[in-house]
Amino acid sequence: MTLLLMCWEFFKAGLLSVGGGLATLPFLYSMADRYDWFTRSQLSDMIAVSESTPGPMGVNMATYAGYTTAGVPGAILATFSLVLPSIIVILLVARFLEKFQSSRAVQDVLGGLRPASVGLIAAAGFGILKIALSIDLSGIWTAFMSWKALGLMAVIGVLYHFKKKWHPIIFIGIGAAAGLVLGL
Amino acid sequence: MKEYLELVIAFFKIGIMTFGGGYAMLPIIQREVVEKKQWATEEEILNYYAIGQCTPGIIAVNTATFIGNKRKGIPGGFLCTLGVVLPSLIIISIIAAVLTNFADIPAVQHALAGIRVAVVVLVGASVLKLHKSAVKNAFGWCVFVLTFLASAIFGLSPVLVVLVAAVAGILAGMVSRRKGGDPA
Repeated sequence: MTLLLMCWEFFKAGLLSVGGGLATLPFLYSMADRYDWFTRSQLSDMIAVSESTPGPMGVNMATYAGYTTAGVPGAILATFSLVLPSIIVILLVARFLEKFQSSRAVQDVLGGLRPASVGLIAAAGFGILKIALSIDLSGIWTAFMSWKALGLMAVIGVLYHFKKKWHPIIFIGIGAAAGLVLGL
Repeated sequence: MKEYLELVIAFFKIGIMTFGGGYAMLPIIQREVVEKKQWATEEEILNYYAIGQCTPGIIAVNTATFIGNKRKGIPGGFLCTLGVVLPSLIIISIIAAVLTNFADIPAVQHALAGIRVAVVVLVGASVLKLHKSAVKNAFGWCVFVLTFLASAIFGLSPVLVVLVAAVAGILAGMVSRRKGGDPA
């Protein structure tokens, strides 16, 4: 019974959270308040783990919460319930796109969406930049930035410039190793 | 049959190499899906990202469903999503079972800080590449700059930003046709 209820809750979270993995967070907090599956303080551990392991944040959170609630079956069911609404909605949108792709209105809309998409991705990159360099601009005299991280960024940037053919995971590996050595 | 398996494997790789939100996935998708397999073009990826912003669910799952559906219909959509969530299911279940304080381990935190720096460089490089294929005229520049500012500086919701960009796309199309020029 708990499993069924949990599926329903995660299905709702998947259906109602729009835009980005963190959008699922408020739904998880509300689950913590209404059920005894996991507590709010367990949730903050889950966020930390989800951020420090591979995979999309929202999926990691659902897996973790599902596991805490009901072990491996819970992890699988929670994740499946969370992604099911996306799959259904996207399959419908894709049908629509295929059918009306050549229509002028759809082309116009996509012409506006593509540059917006790049702008949003740039903004997300800017958000990661602020965290990665620990930039704090709360006051002119207390302004802070991690120079070690900035140096590492410059090195990886130059390396990328000359070794564009390398797979992205190589740069991620270099980042992880450098982070350990420099004690970032 | 072979392509179904290829889809699952490619998205498993994408899932396991993504640290952070759906945006961190972009450099890997560009590499694996656009350049190596040529399953979708950069413009299509941008469409998917923008639509993924204003439809329910996690961007990573939405994009995976789109690409899978494009290659192999509904089963393809399901399989790509399975591939992208599978690493999370495995890794998070293991961590939840054996390590509750995983994120507190200093080595994990240092490595993660380094990974973030690498992700900034990779996402930055992706933005430059996508910018070339998405922003081709003054209208594109306006939308790009305004969405960046709206999201990065003013923290407006991506859903709102995408909807406004869609309307702007329609208006720009109308204006350019009225002038008798090529639609944007």
